[in-house]
Amino acid sequence: MKLLVIEDDREAAEYLEKAFDEAGHLAHIAADGETGYTLASSGEYDVLVVDRMLPRRDGLSVVAALRARGNDTPVLILSALGEVDDRVTGLRAGGDDYLTKPYAFSELLARVEVLKKRGGSKDVETVYRVGDLELDRLSHSVKRAGKEIVLQPREFRLLEYLMRHAGQVVTRTMLLENVWDYHFDPQTNVIDVHISRLRSKIEKEFDTPVLHTVRGAGYMLKA
Amino acid sequence: MLGSISALMKTTAARLSALYLLLFAICAVGLVFYMGSLTMRMLTGQIQDTVSEEVLSLGRAYQRGGLTTLVRVVEGRSRQPGAYLYIIADPTGRILGGNVQSLEPQVLGAEGWTERPFSYERYGEPETRTADVPTAREGPHMAMAVVVRLPNQMILLVGRDLGEPERFGNVIRRALIVAFGMMGLGALAIWFLVGRRALKRIDNISDASRRIMGGDLSGRLPVAGAGDEFDRLSQNLNEMLARIGALNEGLKQVSDNIAHDLKTPLTRLRNRAEAALARGNEPQHRAALEATIAESDQLIRTFNAILMISRLESGYSAENTAVIDLSAIVADVVELYEPAADEVGVALAADAPAGLVISGNRELIGQSLSNIVDNAIKYSAGFGEHPRVRVAAKRSGGEIVVSICDTGPGIPPEDRARATERFVRLEQSRSQPGSGLGLSLAKAVMTFHGGRLELSGENPGLCVSMIFPAGDSPAP
Repeated sequence: MKLLVIEDDREAAEYLEKAFDEAGHLAHIAADGETGYTLASSGEYDVLVVDRMLPRRDGLSVVAALRARGNDTPVLILSALGEVDDRVTGLRAGGDDYLTKPYAFSELLARVEVLKKRGGSKDVETVYRVGDLELDRLSHSVKRAGKEIVLQPREFRLLEYLMRHAGQVVTRTMLLENVWDYHFDPQTNVIDVHISRLRSKIEKEFDTPVLHTVRGAGYMLKA
Repeated sequence: MLGSISALMKTTAARLSALYLLLFAICAVGLVFYMGSLTMRMLTGQIQDTVSEEVLSLGRAYQRGGLTTLVRVVEGRSRQPGAYLYIIADPTGRILGGNVQSLEPQVLGAEGWTERPFSYERYGEPETRTADVPTAREGPHMAMAVVVRLPNQMILLVGRDLGEPERFGNVIRRALIVAFGMMGLGALAIWFLVGRRALKRIDNISDASRRIMGGDLSGRLPVAGAGDEFDRLSQNLNEMLARIGALNEGLKQVSDNIAHDLKTPLTRLRNRAEAALARGNEPQHRAALEATIAESDQLIRTFNAILMISRLESGYSAENTAVIDLSAIVADVVELYEPAADEVGVALAADAPAGLVISGNRELIGQSLSNIVDNAIKYSAGFGEHPRVRVAAKRSGGEIVVSICDTGPGIPPEDRARATERFVRLEQSRSQPGSGLGLSLAKAVMTFHGGRLELSGENPGLCVSMIFPAGDSPAP
């Protein structure tokens, strides 16, 4: 994946460049809003990571200008401002996701990878399949190896999100945001307990695990 | 001397006294002169009346016996002691008879009343004159007179000495002096009363405030107990000082708590890093780094909570408030925490009718409710036989109350007010993880929504009530 990181903090930018490289991605760095806008305009990047406060041109205006010109490269906005209002303003300006500094790199990586996938068109599928696990979005039914599994509505939405991003790391905050639609930090292990309940339903009577815990990051559904 | 006077004039008392003195003096002078001129006019009128009377009686003598009778009568009357002036003069103004030795020459030239008092000299009869006319001064006297031309062109002047009106003038002058003296005394009395008693108290107040400014914040302004405006002023200022003191104390408490709550994890962080450095193997390094990150995250969370509370308290923009469904938020949070509660053996249940809507911010309320529910589960777990947490929402009068009741150890009533203060973690909870900001944040969120946070419940067990005003909510 090819990324553009628009970030004026040199140390943070170099850290991101190196960390993305280790994760197998190519990251370019732009140190100010104007340069970032010029580079991003080329349209050659899969995902843009944009800091909100930048010299010469602020992050939100870069994103807004790109969107105005029809550039729909997925954008993740990074910000030191973490209030509800700031998130809303960021998303309104055309950002696709919003992450408050300081953040864990694993969180940023997971989100960026999900954003890149969003460029594809998996949303239109009505049936998700991961190995012998099958989820039908229309009939709201889940089967594994042809056997019906009964899920609570929230468990269904949780599994649906995990299956849509099968093979990708999904963090706890991403789950809280996308399955429960709350954006605060859950602090305790509430999400983990939901996952272990779901896991017991989809794995208990079967031999192979599909819902994996990714240490220090989150979860991944993978056959 | 001049310096001390100018210093004296800087006091309100002296200024007030001087002002009173000036005003009284103007009034008194005005009054005395008015009275004086009125009396003068009256006296002059009387003089004119008596002089006219005298002229009439002399006129009758002239008609009776002509000039010779007149001269005889005038000569006779001139010898009697009294204040009357008589002159008989030839047409050129040469004095032929009477009791006047000399006078201003133009007086005899005009006929009728003299326009103003004129000076004259009498034939010396000092002993009689001093008896009747008590003007002891030597030289010319003042008088008013009427001049009549007789048919044979001779001139008759009848007048009266003004000694008596002058005496009256003296009385008025004396009255003025006495009045001025009394006013001076009055001004002194005012200065003494206002200055020594009332303004002394203002000085006391300013002395006390200087001491307080000097750093003695526990000092208070003196209250005399008279209940007057000075006492009211002092009482209000004292209340203000008490409030400032309480705020100051709160600030100090918060700073102490912040220092403590941030120092502890920072110390742990540092020690862990140091220990990892001393040991040398890979998995231990890894574990230490992970713990360091977790600890840093906790610190960041604490700072975020502090910032959020400050922002809410300093007037958060209400841009993101909307009509939201409280019942749905309660259901969401209970659903979110139910498995976690179940895992630690706490029964979490919701009791909320549908359709409780308010105008507010879903994220803020959701986060606060989560914090409170999280705490309730944490403190109930393992306490008592059947630990329970119940989240109930109901409409009550003009309010919507969301109450979170647990069966944990609760908070003693005397500690409840403190529990919502920033960073206050009651002793029993110090061992529990968390920033100690959950309730403070919830309180700030409730204040932002125009509601309040109340703690209740009998020991053991705690009920936290989030009370929202339901006034502007649309009907379901």
